[in-house]
Amino acid sequence: MAEELALEEVLNESPVRRSGRRRRPSLWRTVVFLFAGLYFLLPIYAGMKFTLQDIHGHFSFGAITSLPHVAGFADAFWLSMRLAGATLVIEAILVVPTAIYVHLRLPRLRRLFEFITILPIVFPPIVLILGLTRAAPLWIRASPYMLSAEYVILSLPFVYRSLDAGLSAIDLKTLTEAARSLGGNWVKTVWRVILPNLRPALLSALVLSMALVLGEYTMASLDLWTTIPVWIVQFQQGSNGHIQIAASMMGLIVTWVLLTVIVSIDRTEARRRKATKAAL
Amino acid sequence: MTFKRKIGATLAAGATMASLTLVSISGSAPAGAATVNWSKVTHLTKSGPTSLAALVKAAKKEGKLNVIALPRNWANYGALLDGFHKKYGIKITSANPDGSSAQEVAALTADRGRSSAPDVIDVGTSYALTAQQQGLLASYKVQTWNEIPASLKDAGGQWFDDYGGFVAIGCNTAAVTCPTSFQQMLAAKASSNYKIGLNNSPLQSNSALAGVQAAALANGGSLDNVKPGVDFFATLAKNGTFVPTIANVTTVENGATNIVIWWDYLQATGISPSLGSWKVFVPSDAALGEYYSQAISKTAPHPATARLWEEYLYSVTGQNLWLQGEARPVELAYMQAHNQANKAWLAKLPSLPAGTTPQYPSTAQIAAAATVVGNNWATEVGAG
Amino acid sequence: MFRAIFPGIAVAPFLIYTFLGLGVPVIAVVINAFHSQTGKFTTANIKLVTTGIYRLGMYNSIKLSLITAIIPGVLGVFLAYAIHTSRSSWLRRLTTTASGVLANFGGVNLTFMFIATLGSTGVLTAWLAAVHLNPWNHGFSLYSFYGVAFVYLYFQIPLMVLVITPALGGLRPAWREAAQNMGASNWRYWRYVGVPVLLPSVLGGMLLLFGSSFAAYATAQSLTTGIIALAPIQIGNLLDGNVISNEVNVGFAIALGMLVVLTVTMVCYGLVRRRASKWLR
Repeated sequence: MAEELALEEVLNESPVRRSGRRRRPSLWRTVVFLFAGLYFLLPIYAGMKFTLQDIHGHFSFGAITSLPHVAGFADAFWLSMRLAGATLVIEAILVVPTAIYVHLRLPRLRRLFEFITILPIVFPPIVLILGLTRAAPLWIRASPYMLSAEYVILSLPFVYRSLDAGLSAIDLKTLTEAARSLGGNWVKTVWRVILPNLRPALLSALVLSMALVLGEYTMASLDLWTTIPVWIVQFQQGSNGHIQIAASMMGLIVTWVLLTVIVSIDRTEARRRKATKAAL
Repeated sequence: MTFKRKIGATLAAGATMASLTLVSISGSAPAGAATVNWSKVTHLTKSGPTSLAALVKAAKKEGKLNVIALPRNWANYGALLDGFHKKYGIKITSANPDGSSAQEVAALTADRGRSSAPDVIDVGTSYALTAQQQGLLASYKVQTWNEIPASLKDAGGQWFDDYGGFVAIGCNTAAVTCPTSFQQMLAAKASSNYKIGLNNSPLQSNSALAGVQAAALANGGSLDNVKPGVDFFATLAKNGTFVPTIANVTTVENGATNIVIWWDYLQATGISPSLGSWKVFVPSDAALGEYYSQAISKTAPHPATARLWEEYLYSVTGQNLWLQGEARPVELAYMQAHNQANKAWLAKLPSLPAGTTPQYPSTAQIAAAATVVGNNWATEVGAG
Repeated sequence: MFRAIFPGIAVAPFLIYTFLGLGVPVIAVVINAFHSQTGKFTTANIKLVTTGIYRLGMYNSIKLSLITAIIPGVLGVFLAYAIHTSRSSWLRRLTTTASGVLANFGGVNLTFMFIATLGSTGVLTAWLAAVHLNPWNHGFSLYSFYGVAFVYLYFQIPLMVLVITPALGGLRPAWREAAQNMGASNWRYWRYVGVPVLLPSVLGGMLLLFGSSFAAYATAQSLTTGIIALAPIQIGNLLDGNVISNEVNVGFAIALGMLVVLTVTMVCYGLVRRRASKWLR
């Protein structure tokens, strides 16, 4: 138990706190954050400024408030959510058990699997979708979930590496042996011991997958499915440029808020668990 | 081992079921007493089972129409879609409104068998030709077939032009003094504050390529010699008056571009409504016109509604609605001669400047121009 | 249960899935690259893409990808380290999700944001012009090769941050303390402990960045509309455009070229990585 706590701390908290030394606000960190902040936030500011203007240049929320009424938004949103869900399901069934299994039973093949899972980088999405629309049989091409199947592959470098790092950080062998010797079968071991210890890695994998699905444009547009990113580009309301930019800014911000909420939910749960443990 | 075999069996069963369903969907004759196979009908008769009345009945029975790549504010398609729906009560599914001609032709093959496959397409003429070569189109001649000029349709009825316009200069009168010709744009230096944009890359967009061809006409070239058009934009880039990003209503509102070269009807419906100071006119030294083409898919899931849609588009109502969108409907000459064109909307069309003869490039000339532009655009207009 | 079956079987579904998902499209690309539109076998497509404008496109793509792999790679490491060692956990949480979102952001939306910032009438341009530092008057253009590279940083840096942050977690603070206890300066710590430990991950990150930049399509296309020849854009023109309707298989040949370049890159990465790993243990 104590070890589990310490491990969690290593994974979740800043290493500085463990060493007990207070960090001086260093100059280089300030410089880095300043330039990074400028580079990343200025374009968002510029985009929002344009969004909050009407045709005559006056301040107005009109562009944003007209968004929910626009045709096709609900369908695109629902499609994106279904694709994200399907991607996560396939990953849960296929990638997570494989990662655990490789760490546990095939440690010598870890290098090989690292290589295999970094392989998708070699295949640009545009090339993949080109090949798929030619080669896949009709009944697969007719379904939007073909995109999900490819999204799993596209996200492999991130998802597998995240799980890999998480699995390396915990002492998998000891944990599993302890759980098994205490009488747990494999299902219980995985579900109640291994996965909870992988929570940060799993969450990170979830966030990365969702970010990919909600932001992927090239494959979805060439496969002629209107997901949220495709809808944002296709969408035209009358001839008002402010509304189109409003759609893209809102897409960015809403995705980011959604993911932050998902990550925060876990933090509050972890904190509650820790508080209960500390009370014992 | 058993696990894998089970998967194999399930896949095989699923595939069999799927293909059986596909076979029954793609069967052309709808279930029921109707004996007419509308996907084989090539023109309407005055009476009998293939008359207009019978078509309307069959179409209402099918009840649905799939269209693709028709933005509502492109040549007034919004009004056409609404008008068709109101008149016949047929539900229209408009997929991928911002799609390209390539996507439309790709959808004809990729979507075959899906109930969401497109029934009709509206594409650049070279794409209609490609689709024809691939055997994707059905032959059909609308009732007003003879009103379409001979050079603007396929003799066998597999495709037929629908509407078109001229390459036009759009200009923000509040930001700059507008040039009236390509030559004026060529001569302007950076101090003129011209920020000239094309709606997209001429390697990707038909209208941008037409813009380059029009520039060629004004710069000493011809429909067969597009290189002067590339030189034109190269000079603009050197002068600092060319903004090479996608120019549309957003960049105009933002100020990044204040002059746009684009189809006259698209500027009229795409930019003018949101900018009172936006003026659209045909340049005085080049009048280049082009038409788009309609076609019916050979494997259309709703062959009767597809044909009814085409009859609607080529009726006086339909053609006038395109006129309302400030595009020139293909039967305009006939309609003007027979007093069928809406006078108010006709008056709003940008007039051709005095002394210009409109020129219409053939698909062969367009293809040749595309090759020349493709090989030279990046090296000449780009900084390298 | 697992012990009874030959260990390899359990990972077979994963391997089959990956092979199908990657292998099938690649085989389709290779086959189509060697066939004409009418279905005849031909090497004309391949010959065409090794010359002229297509060769320029491949060259530009490689150049752009190298620049936007190395520079954001280095910058990303610094940024990731700054975030990782900061005290506030809310900052780290915020930037983790922001990195995920921004790494997948791009295309027309990103283009417009930069036009609104650094275009000739952009927000930042206006501010700089007020102090007589208008970049456009000093030779800067957003719509140039380096302008595109500058915009690419917007999703390349977050991608690097995403990839390198787990590796930073592997840099045990105990090592830092030990080094300092033994009297090593900051520089020596980084030279003998930090950099060697991080190097394999940094190289892996840069490989990811190279691939991501090489494949990027919508951003450059909307920003420069074809005045910069780039391989993915050329594919898009042929397969998804409105102009050239009958050279689809040339597009597949370009795609094959991209696969070749990326494979060579992977091999180089493997060689360099093996050397870098010698630093560990």
